[in-house]
Amino acid sequence: MTVEDLRELAEKEQARQAQFEHRILYCSSAGCVSSGCDAVKAELKKAIEELGLTNKCELLGTGCLGLCGEGPLVFVHSDPTLYQHVDAKVARRIVEEHIGQGKKVKENEIDLKDPFFASQTKIVLENMGKIDAESIEEYIAADGYEALAKALTEMGPEEVIGEIRKAGLRGRGGAGYPTGLKWDIVRKGVSDQKYVVCNADEGDPGAFMDRSVLEGDPHRVLEGMAIAGYAVGANQGYIYARAEYPLAIERLKTAIKQAEKLGLLGNRILESQFNFRIDIRIGAGAFVCGEETALLRSVMGRRGRPKVRPPYPSEKGLWGKPTVINNVETYANIAPILRNGSAWFAGIGTQKSPGTKVFALAGKINRTGLVEVPMGIPLKKIIFDIGGGTPEGTEFKAAQTGGPSGGCIPKEHLDLPVDYESLQTVGSIMGSGGMIIMDNTSDMVDVAKYFMDFCMDESCGKCIPCRVGTKHIYTLLEKIVNRQATEDDFALLKELCMMVKETSLCGLGQAAPNPVLSTIRFFNEEYISKLKPATTFNATGEEHSPVTVAKEVK
Amino acid sequence: MVQAEIKNHPSGDNRFKLLDRAITKHHGSGDALIEILHVAQGIFGFLENDLMVYIANALKLPLSRVYGVATFYHFFRLKPQGEHTFVLCTGTACYVKGASEIQKAVEHHCACKFGETTKDNKVSLISARCVGSCGLAPVAVLDNAVSGKMTPNHATELIKQWQEEKKEVAA
Repeated sequence: MTVEDLRELAEKEQARQAQFEHRILYCSSAGCVSSGCDAVKAELKKAIEELGLTNKCELLGTGCLGLCGEGPLVFVHSDPTLYQHVDAKVARRIVEEHIGQGKKVKENEIDLKDPFFASQTKIVLENMGKIDAESIEEYIAADGYEALAKALTEMGPEEVIGEIRKAGLRGRGGAGYPTGLKWDIVRKGVSDQKYVVCNADEGDPGAFMDRSVLEGDPHRVLEGMAIAGYAVGANQGYIYARAEYPLAIERLKTAIKQAEKLGLLGNRILESQFNFRIDIRIGAGAFVCGEETALLRSVMGRRGRPKVRPPYPSEKGLWGKPTVINNVETYANIAPILRNGSAWFAGIGTQKSPGTKVFALAGKINRTGLVEVPMGIPLKKIIFDIGGGTPEGTEFKAAQTGGPSGGCIPKEHLDLPVDYESLQTVGSIMGSGGMIIMDNTSDMVDVAKYFMDFCMDESCGKCIPCRVGTKHIYTLLEKIVNRQATEDDFALLKELCMMVKETSLCGLGQAAPNPVLSTIRFFNEEYISKLKPATTFNATGEEHSPVTVAKEVK
Repeated sequence: MVQAEIKNHPSGDNRFKLLDRAITKHHGSGDALIEILHVAQGIFGFLENDLMVYIANALKLPLSRVYGVATFYHFFRLKPQGEHTFVLCTGTACYVKGASEIQKAVEHHCACKFGETTKDNKVSLISARCVGSCGLAPVAVLDNAVSGKMTPNHATELIKQWQEEKKEVAA
């Protein structure tokens, strides 16, 4: 396939879509699948056939429509209307009344002017609710693979990297390392073989951004990876996906096959000299494999244990060769940057953190789901405008970002702009984008214990501070929760946290104490109130308790 | 001893043909160990000791490597599972929305802990890190079907249904 063929295919597909007066899109992401979208799909299809609307109306499954908590969701594209809680009965009414008679089904309609939709800026999620998640033609019709074509025909590898650097794109996996810089190091590395790896091991509990992107728009990730391969001089890519995401893996497999068939992956892509293949590697449930060196070892079929860096994977990665490793969302940003130019991207978000970030909103919040917002947006806006605040009768207490490596942000810091640096100032991290909202029913010491339980279990055991330290931190937290701990234990806990943070080998251990430290910082009184007085002995050897620590503090 | 076991397998059990096919697809490369273990677990349900011996030989890897990898990752099981699986998500969103209540109720009902199988071998209780359906928290996965907005009562009801349906068949 040549570039002209690609554009012809896009036009043909656009013309095909234009034949239909209506396009009904049902959300086919895992969230809505669990809410029963299959039955909805079947009923929509049946109704369209029975009413003889097959020539007028197209039915397709699209990527995540955002409001996962209100699924199954159905979107009527021609006359933009989003329906929530759709069951078979509502599905039939949508076809009969909305499509057939032009009357919307008011009871299930969601107002698209609601801040949940109006406050979002979509780059990564731009195709959600627009295209069929399993059709490469639809992706191409929506300017898909146009960026790859542009890179291959009009730009040299340096130019591609130059654009990404100018755009200021930073790694969306959490650490925020400049993507262009990373690519440049790999490009300059001298080697007969280089690799491109996509980290789709979304291990943070409470995060499902990458899953939604892979399920809803897999070609976007493939295109980003192919561009990365072209820029750095790699001909082989690997996607390391979680075994817990079977639907995403299935869609990726389909997407790779489709792209290979059209000559958009494989040998001589778009009739150029560039070859690039992508294989999927399926993880097997180890949180530490989100750490890049551990992930690479896992791709090579080993135990996922991290290595000391440097050398970084960009110098010595897979099989000792220079390797680019980025997160799903980072790759998903590449094609739009090349299509629209670096200046466009740099104009969104903040100067230091350009672009958007996808967050998975969950927990005690009215609207749970997937949102994409410009960087630098105040936390308050995400939680209260977009998320609709905490359910009635409860009070917002903290937002947890960054999963087990992040921290809890209390209500005093709600005005904080959401970008890499600001979140660090309050002891949390951007992380991959999970945002869990907690209300006043959550006990913060128990929250810290929950995360420590996670880190303790997921520690790979290679370095002692992490292997033994997390266990002892957990035991101390358990003691506090059970009201068995004294002030000395609390002091030891703080000391131990610093030790584990400073001496662990990899990011897992270094960040493991963050949830504890951040809850101590903002919710110290919850810890203090659970301490029991230290038992001391007076001069005569009798046991006595001094004034309780809690009282002293007051 | 070990050698004899291996020889007996391919002749008796056709499932090994499927496994061999996967090994050939990966050119018998030791780097594909995790892929092969996925396939093996998919075919056999769990990774028996002699199955790991077979894989180690086929991939020309030390058995310690195969066992090391199989035990490192949560996904691989070295013991057979019950007829049904009840996977409870213990992700943050589910935790905040009360997954631990469900855990307690289910453990009480089944008289076994998560990570174990009921005595009658009907139901395996498994805890998952996060299944990524946080919008529907708390979530459980019942025999591969994700079920959201779970409650302790509903969870035990569903498990009861499994247990009773088995009794009917037996009767």
